[in-house]
Amino acid sequence: MTTKIVRQREWALPPAPVRREVLSAAPTDAGAAPPVLFVPGFGHGAWAFAEYWLEYTCERGFPAYAMSLRGHGESGSASKATLRAYVHDVTQVAASLPRQAVLVGHGASALVVAMALARYPARAAVLVSPVFGGPGAAFSALLRNPLATVPAVFGRPLRPRRGQLFSRELPVADRTRHAARLGGASARAQWQLVAHRAPEDPVGAPPVLVVGSPDDRIAGRAALTAVARRYGGAPLLFPGMGHDLMLDMRWKEPIAAILDWLDKPDQ
Amino acid sequence: MDDQYTVRPDTAASAARVWHDGQPVYDRGDTVCVIGAGGSGLTVIKNLREAGFSVDCYERETSVGGAWNWRHDRSPVYASTHLISSKPFTQFPDFPMPDDWPDYPHHSQMLTYFERYADHFGLREHVWFGTEVARVEPLRDGRRWDVTVRGSRGGQERTLRYAAVVVANGHNWSPRYPEIEGLDDFRGQVLHASAYSDAAQLRGRKVLVIGGGNTGCDLAVEAAQQATRCWHSTRRGYWYAPKYVLGRPADQANDLLRWLRLPLALRRWLFTRLLRLTVGDFSRLGLREPDHKPYESHPVVNSQLMYYIGHGVITPVPDVARFTRGGVEFADGTSADPDLVVLATGYQPVFEFASPELLGIDADGRPRLRLQLFSRTHPTLAVVGLVQPGSGMFSIAHWQAVTVARWLRRWGADPERAAAAWGRRQGKPERRFVQGRVADSSRHWFEVDHVVYLRALQRSLDELEAA
Ligand SMILES: Cc1cc2nc3c(=O)[nH]c(=O)nc-3n(C[C@H](O)[C@H](O)[C@H](O)COP(=O)(O)OP(=O)(O)OC[C@H]3O[C@@H](n4cnc5c(N)ncnc54)[C@H](O)[C@@H]3O)c2cc1C
Ligand SMILES: NC(=O)c1ccc[n+]([C@@H]2O[C@H](COP(=O)([O-])OP(=O)(O)OC[C@H]3O[C@@H](n4cnc5c(N)ncnc54)[C@H](OP(=O)(O)O)[C@@H]3O)[C@@H](O)[C@H]2O)c1
Repeated sequence: MTTKIVRQREWALPPAPVRREVLSAAPTDAGAAPPVLFVPGFGHGAWAFAEYWLEYTCERGFPAYAMSLRGHGESGSASKATLRAYVHDVTQVAASLPRQAVLVGHGASALVVAMALARYPARAAVLVSPVFGGPGAAFSALLRNPLATVPAVFGRPLRPRRGQLFSRELPVADRTRHAARLGGASARAQWQLVAHRAPEDPVGAPPVLVVGSPDDRIAGRAALTAVARRYGGAPLLFPGMGHDLMLDMRWKEPIAAILDWLDKPDQ
Repeated sequence: MDDQYTVRPDTAASAARVWHDGQPVYDRGDTVCVIGAGGSGLTVIKNLREAGFSVDCYERETSVGGAWNWRHDRSPVYASTHLISSKPFTQFPDFPMPDDWPDYPHHSQMLTYFERYADHFGLREHVWFGTEVARVEPLRDGRRWDVTVRGSRGGQERTLRYAAVVVANGHNWSPRYPEIEGLDDFRGQVLHASAYSDAAQLRGRKVLVIGGGNTGCDLAVEAAQQATRCWHSTRRGYWYAPKYVLGRPADQANDLLRWLRLPLALRRWLFTRLLRLTVGDFSRLGLREPDHKPYESHPVVNSQLMYYIGHGVITPVPDVARFTRGGVEFADGTSADPDLVVLATGYQPVFEFASPELLGIDADGRPRLRLQLFSRTHPTLAVVGLVQPGSGMFSIAHWQAVTVARWLRRWGADPERAAAAWGRRQGKPERRFVQGRVADSSRHWFEVDHVVYLRALQRSLDELEAA
């Protein structure tokens, strides 16, 4: 484990403050259950979790929160946001919660959460359909989905195809509805997704779970296995689902499994 | 709180297995004892818990926050206190202060911050409030500790045995009184800054403030706003720094220049240039030229002092030569007739519960620690927060706590090897963690430069990880 103490550049240049959207659903009696904070991936806002997972998590007795990164959802605009600013958004919201929180990051925000784990001692973390980027991943995305990726090279938002986000089971009306709400991350953050340093080691040794679908055409089996291995585990797989597990037809299975994992006494 | 319940209730029930001076000792096994639940104590509890230790913390007040809880009798903060260190340096590195707080939060926000930290990490359940540590004594093996506690308002003493003790009792609560000729005969009111809390105490008075540290300057400004007259006496000249330079909080600007690797000499030059361009020549305002270079003394950060001196509302005066019944004479032969004297002459460290040799305390009362953190003689005794950084306290206290936790974990895993490693360090010369040098003053006993010091902690952590 390595620890980095001196961070002069960050102390000298803190990210600009911004208004942040945080949706919540509080159970009547949370008992000892830790708060769960959902961090949607690039292009998505808190709405993506407000659809099903937020309520369901609350019904299972966890105080549940969903946030939007800057420039996403109802959070303040930030066209020049960096990955560091996104990480800052996550640690700001996490530290504002009443108790030590579980961080759940989806897509590229799984990377943001992984980076935030080095800055905030989370109770536990769940990386859902993680997109850790890197040049190799960017190159294969370019081959698989040139229509979405080429414009991103010129700073346009990454636009995955609907077929990548959802399985065919999801009714077309739902797909269209969700797709219409998609926005985009800043061009800088997209570039940083291609070229960034590996996330530093987490502080406080939180347990980390990786969840995804082997049929996800953005973060497939190989990507899931690689990320899970980094945290010393194996991914929890839900075949037949798209990238957006939380919006797909069978949304309940993965979140139920995640909460079961959190309920285990050693987590 | 009822004193009967302030001492650990569980110890009353559990049977004592050992005895010390005819008193029962309750053995707490591998538990670590923490003294104080101010900001430093809280981060010690949090980081020890995170490393898997069980912790008993004793706090003589009935709530957390230490100095920043101004309801505490010993709190040195006054109603108008705002931080002098900006948020990124002052906060715990893994628990950021809210973005919508100002660069320099108010003391009430600091208290809120500590309360939220305590709740967030569930720390209060490990703290015994209203309980004071009276004695800390090593067992004969020099490794384990008998700690005697009692209710802050009296009550029966209890002794408990711990595997380690981490002291976080703060060093800004016991006044350092100056010895000045004639002070006892002076007819006006004399107050140490620690007893000053509210501007109403100055209203309509003729006030002399003694001391040019951050307290002295804050209080001179407050007197300028509230009192009928204000003299400000300092025994040397200082580099009064503004709170903002180059469009950002001064400490952030300074770290930006350091990150850009500007050498100290160049930063000194830039600092004096900036002051010359804004305030101009100090002596024009009646101030003495500093007797040391910039960055050679604990920074005094105050944007308003110069403003009020320039408006003639604060009269800078030299060191006090003597007090008379009705007034005061200064070193340059001038005099004044204040009716209230505020001694902003700083604070001294106090470890009333430990015998001096445990912390290497010399005749002046100055402790000597290894890495300004560990006892030089006892491997399981540490003091967190006994530093005075030119920036904020709590990022440093956090990393000190992490270092102590890692060291104790290593100690617990293999005491003999750890003891051998400890022995190899014995006798290494003491070092200061400052850039260049600092002016000779008791004010600088604990001064550290945050970058120099944190780099040293980084090296220690790396060594502990490698071992
Ligand atoms: C006016 C003023 C302004 C300051 N401004 C800043 C600033 O801007 N930035 C900054 O970083 N620092 C500042 N400081 C420095 C300040 O001392 C620290 O910020 C901070 O309070 C230190 O925290 P601590 O926990 O080490 O000590 P404290 O806050 O003093 O806490 C020590 C705790 O230990 C308890 N205790 C002591 N002895 C015992 C015992 N025997 N048994 C049980 N409990 C005990 C006390 O009750 C107290 O709660 C300022 C200091 C002063 C005086
Ligand atoms: N707003 C804030 O955040 C804030 C406000 C106040 C204090 N603080 C912090 O609290 C700590 C304590 O500050 P402080 O100002 O109370 O104390 P300090 O820094 O120790 O300053 C004491 C002052 O009194 C002078 N002095 C000491 N003994 C004297 C004597 N016998 N005769 C004449 N002058 C004497 C010192 O002069 P010499 O320099 O010659 O020794 C110095 O100017 C510091 O870390 C400070 O940064 C922060």
